[in-house]
Amino acid sequence: MKENRERILKIRDLNISFKTTGGKVHAVRGVNLDLYKGETIAIVGGSGSGKSVTTKAVMGLLANNGSIDSGSIEYHWNDEYTGEPKTVDICQLSEKELQSEIRGRKIAMVFQDPMTSLNPTMTIGKQIMEPMMYHYKKSKQEAYAKALELLELVGITDAKKRMKNYPHQLSGGMRQRIVIAIALSCDPYVLICDEPTTALDVTIQAKILELIQDIQKKKELSVIYITHDLGVVAKVADYVNVMYAGKIVETGTIDEIFYDPRHPYTWGLLSSMPDLDTDDDELYTIPGTPPNLAHEVKGDAFAPRNEFALNIDLREDPPMFKVPDSDSHQVASWLMHPNAPKVDMPEALRKRLDKMKQKGEPNHDGSTTHLGS
Amino acid sequence: MTEMQALQEMKFQPKDFEFAHESQELEKDEVMPARSAWKDSVSLFARNKGAVIGIVCIALITIFAIVAPMLSDWKYDAIDTSLQNIAPGAQHWFGTDNYGRDLWVRLWQGTRISLFVAVAAIFIDVVIGVTYGMISGYFGGKVDSVMQRIQEVINSIPTLVILTILLMVMKSSLFTIILALSFTEWIGMSRITRAQVLKTKEEEFVLASRTLGAGSFFIIFKEILPNIYSQMIIMVMMSIPNAIFYEAYLSFVGLGLPIPEASLGTLINDGFNTLTIYPFQMIIPVVVFSILMLSFNLVGDGLRDALDPTMKEM
Amino acid sequence: MTEAQPILEVKNLKQYFKVSRKFTVKAVDGISFKIMPGQTYGLVGESGSGKSTTGRSIIRLYKPTDGEVIFNGKNISGKMSKEELKLLRTKMQMIFQDPMACLNPRRKVMDIIAEGLDIHHEYSSQAEREQKVYDMLELVGLSKEHANRYPHQFSGGQRQRIGIARALVMRPELVIADEAISALDVSIQAQVVNLMKKIQKKTNTAYLFIAHDLSMVKYISDHIGVLHLGHLVETGTTDEIFNNPIHPYTKSLLSAIPEPNPRVEKYRKSASYDYKTSGIDYHKGTEHLVDGTHYVLATDEEFKEWTKK
Repeated sequence: MKENRERILKIRDLNISFKTTGGKVHAVRGVNLDLYKGETIAIVGGSGSGKSVTTKAVMGLLANNGSIDSGSIEYHWNDEYTGEPKTVDICQLSEKELQSEIRGRKIAMVFQDPMTSLNPTMTIGKQIMEPMMYHYKKSKQEAYAKALELLELVGITDAKKRMKNYPHQLSGGMRQRIVIAIALSCDPYVLICDEPTTALDVTIQAKILELIQDIQKKKELSVIYITHDLGVVAKVADYVNVMYAGKIVETGTIDEIFYDPRHPYTWGLLSSMPDLDTDDDELYTIPGTPPNLAHEVKGDAFAPRNEFALNIDLREDPPMFKVPDSDSHQVASWLMHPNAPKVDMPEALRKRLDKMKQKGEPNHDGSTTHLGS
Repeated sequence: MTEMQALQEMKFQPKDFEFAHESQELEKDEVMPARSAWKDSVSLFARNKGAVIGIVCIALITIFAIVAPMLSDWKYDAIDTSLQNIAPGAQHWFGTDNYGRDLWVRLWQGTRISLFVAVAAIFIDVVIGVTYGMISGYFGGKVDSVMQRIQEVINSIPTLVILTILLMVMKSSLFTIILALSFTEWIGMSRITRAQVLKTKEEEFVLASRTLGAGSFFIIFKEILPNIYSQMIIMVMMSIPNAIFYEAYLSFVGLGLPIPEASLGTLINDGFNTLTIYPFQMIIPVVVFSILMLSFNLVGDGLRDALDPTMKEM
Repeated sequence: MTEAQPILEVKNLKQYFKVSRKFTVKAVDGISFKIMPGQTYGLVGESGSGKSTTGRSIIRLYKPTDGEVIFNGKNISGKMSKEELKLLRTKMQMIFQDPMACLNPRRKVMDIIAEGLDIHHEYSSQAEREQKVYDMLELVGLSKEHANRYPHQFSGGQRQRIGIARALVMRPELVIADEAISALDVSIQAQVVNLMKKIQKKTNTAYLFIAHDLSMVKYISDHIGVLHLGHLVETGTTDEIFNNPIHPYTKSLLSAIPEPNPRVEKYRKSASYDYKTSGIDYHKGTEHLVDGTHYVLATDEEFKEWTKK
């Protein structure tokens, strides 16, 4: 990819646990993550994989019974006036510093359900203006002008009239646009989108994603997507992190993950989503259920569901192996060890990925293959 | 690159890189540890200190109220003018009153009556309130509208007016007081029940029952009731101190139990007359009364947190 | 070949809800389709299109405002005789959307699954009841030991399978799956869908599969109906709909399906469709036959324009 990438977020060995009545739940177990300026990463995984918890920690929004046991979340930026580079560890900040410095101002978040993230008793104009007036001490007029600008940016026509509306007067897609406008109101550098489209209808989903992409280009935002929808990932991400049971099991560029996956869990994930050409008699599924993280995980957490598990998987948690000939592609699986038997991805998946690759070749009709737009 | 070094130094066992299992044994389903919701609630409740203290106090007071009058040599209504207004001592632990009645026995007898009145009144409330709320909420539509209007009319008459009228018309007795208390308290119970039923009957598991052809009776008793009983328990716990209070209040203003019966309210009322001369006659029942009220409230709070944790974990 | 009888035939079904004296919501406004035994009919549409309402009207959680629902040759849209009611409550079952809410948290799995058996007294001994539940548990990939647990001890996918077992224990001929997989993770969705297909093969149950996820609908369905604002705008076999969509709404819906293929997805723009500005009036449209079983809702002019290549 690009040279001179500017790192903006650096997460190292993050461990997070929750105290529950059922015992201590180790929700995030040693996550490493990098985010560079202007780029988009996606965190993919099932529910309970720790993907949301990781980003909540970045925002300093962990629930009361949750705690960061170890690790660091470094945020890098250049000072607004002097331009000198600065670094801060978000894990070490107090609640007050988080509120005034990080949340909303440098890192903003878009949640799944727009209805619950908007205040039903306040006009949307007020909701967009408020964070600006709080964080940047802007006057009402300035904030108003900026709010209008933002509404136009997120594709809302008739912005002046909409400013006076209440959330319930708008459609779901419109509300999510407002949520994005609010997130952008303080000019953050990082935008975290937690399942931004799952609550929306299919026809609106694509529109919202395209909108976020558009804004990202205009504002040089870095975006983190949290999702279980591989369609969304395929559309937006530059880099993909696959999470399972609180660990990142595979990371790489979008092409590496989608066309050359190495971890059996990623294989399962890619196989289980039918694309429009799937007509197999049975969808491939990963057997069993995810482990209960309230218990100590011995060895590789995925081993009990992995038909390619090795004996060592039952004993030792695999480290991140680098995939040869790639700087970005890493896999946490003992199958990558030189001594391991060579295992190829299931034949059906191989065929499907090849077909996908072909379909996506540049000489192919670029827009869409099955339907004209 | 410490990780890579560690990897190189790692000792592998000979069979490490062989496949661990046959694919057949993969298809197993794990479930979360067996722990019933009931046990969860108990442990949550036990962790709440206030609630535990509350329940201990209630238990102690109840035991005393039952046992103390039986074990004592004195009788709560035995008048002995030679023993008037004795201060607390070895003979009479809590002293005697204006008529020479032993206050230790009278206090626990009074507590017994107060508790009995409260529990009986609340029991009637629950039966009427839950039934009323259940029918109103479950059947909805016109039935609901009519029942709600009736309830509003009853509710719009101030409680005290009803109580006073009732006690004036009927002879004041234990039964009358219980009736009077039941008459007003059931409305709150029926409201809560109705709200819970309205919420629960739209849940998917109730719809599922309906698609299976379950009758109203089945749905109410098997599907809805088990899911709202925790709210009922909380409501009961919160209502009992209310009933005790009303009973005491009625007795205090002189509408309560006939002489020589004792309740916490009548004791406080009697003590109040001689407060300046014999303060112990009023202070002791007030203390017991306060502890009882506080305990019920603490337990109610604890139960609410334990049975209905609105703060979901994670 | 003799014409097979449809297991379910919906004729001009209407379901209105009176919100206030002046305002009525027309959730479903005159839709017709049929489902053949052993087949799957996928009903797709966005939220508010009336797809869930349709399912609930058919299984009589609501009383249909107008139209006919013919199940197994019997009209079940109006007042039913005792036998008809029993037929409906046993031979038509439903699987619900929310794995958290569809099982009574206070009852054991055994009692949840046996509920239908209890209501219709379909066993002669306690042992028979247990055996039936165990068989169902095995069918959906759970084991006997799970029967004595409470729902909260299961994961979302497992709960959904318990919901399926509850429906299947009655040996239904039609199962309405109302967004039965939308709340689950992708990999778990596949488990549930596989299970549903496997059961269909074994028991020849017909499915009405209500969903908004078109790729899953395409995978599981034989026929598809596209619902928008309470109108069935297009219906036909899966191939007919996907290979030759006629209605602009269907087109926009199909173009919006995300594909797990970055190289395609990155450059794709989805087609937009706005009912208000499209100039189409669903009330004026009538069913037009495209070919085979493929129908589209349109006026004569619209139909000419859309089918013009």
